[in-house]
Amino acid sequence: MTISLTPETAPAHGPSLQPQGWLRYLSFSTDHKVIGLQYLVCGFLFYLIGGALAGAIRTELLTPISDFLPRQTYNEVLTLHGTVMIFLWIVPVVNGGFGNYLIPFYVGARDMAFPRLNAVAFWLIPPAGLLLISSYFIASAPESGWTAYPPLSLTTPATGQIIWILSVLLLGGSSIFGGINFIATILKLRRPGLKLMQLPMYCWAMLGTSILVVLSTPVLAGTLVLLSFDIIAHTGFFNPALGGNAVVYQHLFWFYSHPAVYIMVLPAFGLVSEILPVHARKPLFGYTTMVYSIMGIVFLGLIVWAHHMFTSGTPPWMRLFFTIATSFIAVPTGIKFFNWLATLWGGRIALNSAMLFSCAFIINFVFGGITGVALAQVPFDIHVHDTYFVVAHFHYIVYGGTVFVIFASIYHWYPKVTGRMLNEPLGRLHWLLTFVGFNLCFAPQHWLGLNGMPRRVAEYDPQFQLINQFSSVGALLMAISTLPFLINVVMSAFNGEPAGDNPWRALTPEWLTSSPPPVENWKGEPPLVHEPYGYGIKPGDISLTDTSGRDLWRLGAGSDSRS
Amino acid sequence: MTSLSPSNNLSSTGGDPSVAHDDQQHGEHGDHRLFGLATFLVADGMTFAGFFAAYLTFRAVNPLPAGAIYELELLLPTINTVLLLASSFTFHRAGSALKRSDRGGCRTWLLITAALGFTFLAGQMKEYFSLPFGLTDNLFASTFYAITGFHGLHVTLGGLMILIVWWQSRTGGRVSADHPFPLEATELYWHFVDGIWVVLYAILYLL
Repeated sequence: MTISLTPETAPAHGPSLQPQGWLRYLSFSTDHKVIGLQYLVCGFLFYLIGGALAGAIRTELLTPISDFLPRQTYNEVLTLHGTVMIFLWIVPVVNGGFGNYLIPFYVGARDMAFPRLNAVAFWLIPPAGLLLISSYFIASAPESGWTAYPPLSLTTPATGQIIWILSVLLLGGSSIFGGINFIATILKLRRPGLKLMQLPMYCWAMLGTSILVVLSTPVLAGTLVLLSFDIIAHTGFFNPALGGNAVVYQHLFWFYSHPAVYIMVLPAFGLVSEILPVHARKPLFGYTTMVYSIMGIVFLGLIVWAHHMFTSGTPPWMRLFFTIATSFIAVPTGIKFFNWLATLWGGRIALNSAMLFSCAFIINFVFGGITGVALAQVPFDIHVHDTYFVVAHFHYIVYGGTVFVIFASIYHWYPKVTGRMLNEPLGRLHWLLTFVGFNLCFAPQHWLGLNGMPRRVAEYDPQFQLINQFSSVGALLMAISTLPFLINVVMSAFNGEPAGDNPWRALTPEWLTSSPPPVENWKGEPPLVHEPYGYGIKPGDISLTDTSGRDLWRLGAGSDSRS
Repeated sequence: MTSLSPSNNLSSTGGDPSVAHDDQQHGEHGDHRLFGLATFLVADGMTFAGFFAAYLTFRAVNPLPAGAIYELELLLPTINTVLLLASSFTFHRAGSALKRSDRGGCRTWLLITAALGFTFLAGQMKEYFSLPFGLTDNLFASTFYAITGFHGLHVTLGGLMILIVWWQSRTGGRVSADHPFPLEATELYWHFVDGIWVVLYAILYLL
């Protein structure tokens, strides 16, 4: 993707020592917009790799017998698929990608709090990803799943497992550096006069996410170091044969990896809260409840981890506590869900690609949320534990939830990033294929799980074949859906209709500058936006004197009243 | 930096905007590096918290074989605790000296702090070599070495950082009353490492 910035934007700062043009995207740039795009493009490349791995899994599962891949390779493929998709696609893109691009705009800053740390955080990712993929060619890839539970991770080949640990440690470090940067930027770099409760919702989502990153990721890092001792030095922390305790690993692992689900989905909540008001021309409903819901999810997210371990000999009191705590998460999540519905209610909805993906997110996510509440109940969880029901639930959250929002966000912010519009018919085709493909792929897996098909297997009972084939057809549709998207983003970068500064007539600060934005975001003073969601409000009801983007307010209000 | 810190600007939201944006207009903002470091130390502390939680769970759930129950020698670790606490005090003296622009005093206190830190490490080594168990002997031994080793790594890094700050402060260009960040950051880190040791000492030796 080549994006040219106007070079005459920073005459007062002297000649830049950083490379210009597309080479910037391969450099150690400290510009938050460049870093954001680096995260996005790098993440998308890993998404293609992870998608190819998913394709291999779904091809193997077309038939009940193990015929497409050797069994060991199948285990390697499913491990790499999970690790790549979580640590190299969703977490970096939805946090580092959009976070770096948008957060400085939203707080009215010219860059992140620690630009060099920011670049370091990004440049840890490509080596870590290549290291992980290279394990397949060096020795053998890790085979113990993305959870790397001991004793399985102690008995599978050590080289691949150690490379996996190294890679995840690097990615965890990157994530922590990013989280520190977001917390400092949001809390310390706000433009004077901008209050916390006036920030766009994505800032709150990223603040909550970063708190989770800072509190939980280090625990995973420490745990993986202990696991590597078990593998290399033959200590017995998690090895029952040496007097260790494998369940302690599970506790420590899920202390990170349950919050990791929120690290993946909270930023998506934030992004969708930015997109819906713009295309529905209404203020975000329930701003304050939204903020408290996010912080409630952050708190609850830290105390629910053992609901992944109901079959790990968990004592009854622990089951009770974690069931109740997990069920409570449905409350703040439900508040957000109804806030989004209320935002859409009575709006002048533009059903463009960004809106279609956002609405699909709401549908998919509420379905994944309902199965999530079901899974929190011990009797039900024991029935479907380690079955395809869990696979379906998880993918409804991370794909139906987060990935749909990533696409919605790309359709929404592409004009800002490149200065050109995406092709709308291609975007809707992409949406249709993704939505149908996704639901065809994962909805039947609920049935498979309820009927007892275990996950992570290459062979299964022949009675499940037909449903698995439906699922694989859905996966094929999802793979095909990537084509119109890729064609769209590449072609539109050259031939797209010029977008202008603010094609959506949006009010958040990133739209109050040129497209693409200049190096330090605004040529003049950063705008002070007190009402980022003031759509459809009569001009007299808002204080225009506080708003630097007042011309845009008038423009937006004027054309609203015309219809 | 003037007395008008960015946080003051933020709290006075209704104030004159021409004053308010003065701070950022030139592409500069307050120094948030200490805040960033503090956030990082929270993360680092969570790593220790994970280790401590694992240790306590192991103790509660996994009974050790009869040969693996040790009475740890308390004298050396207690001396070490005193040394480390004293080093926090001496580091504070170094910081105060820098604030008074007393560079000589600051450098002396820094050296004393580093010496205390490295004496602690020497004591730790002496303890390691006198212990009746090795890394892989049993669950307690592994956890003991992992936690004290991870802490020792922190002390080693801190000691090296102190020596670097000591070296940087020789001319007053990079570390001085006007540029206190390297010293302040190292001091914050050092206090953190001390605090972790107190918890570690209580859990591993006293409990």
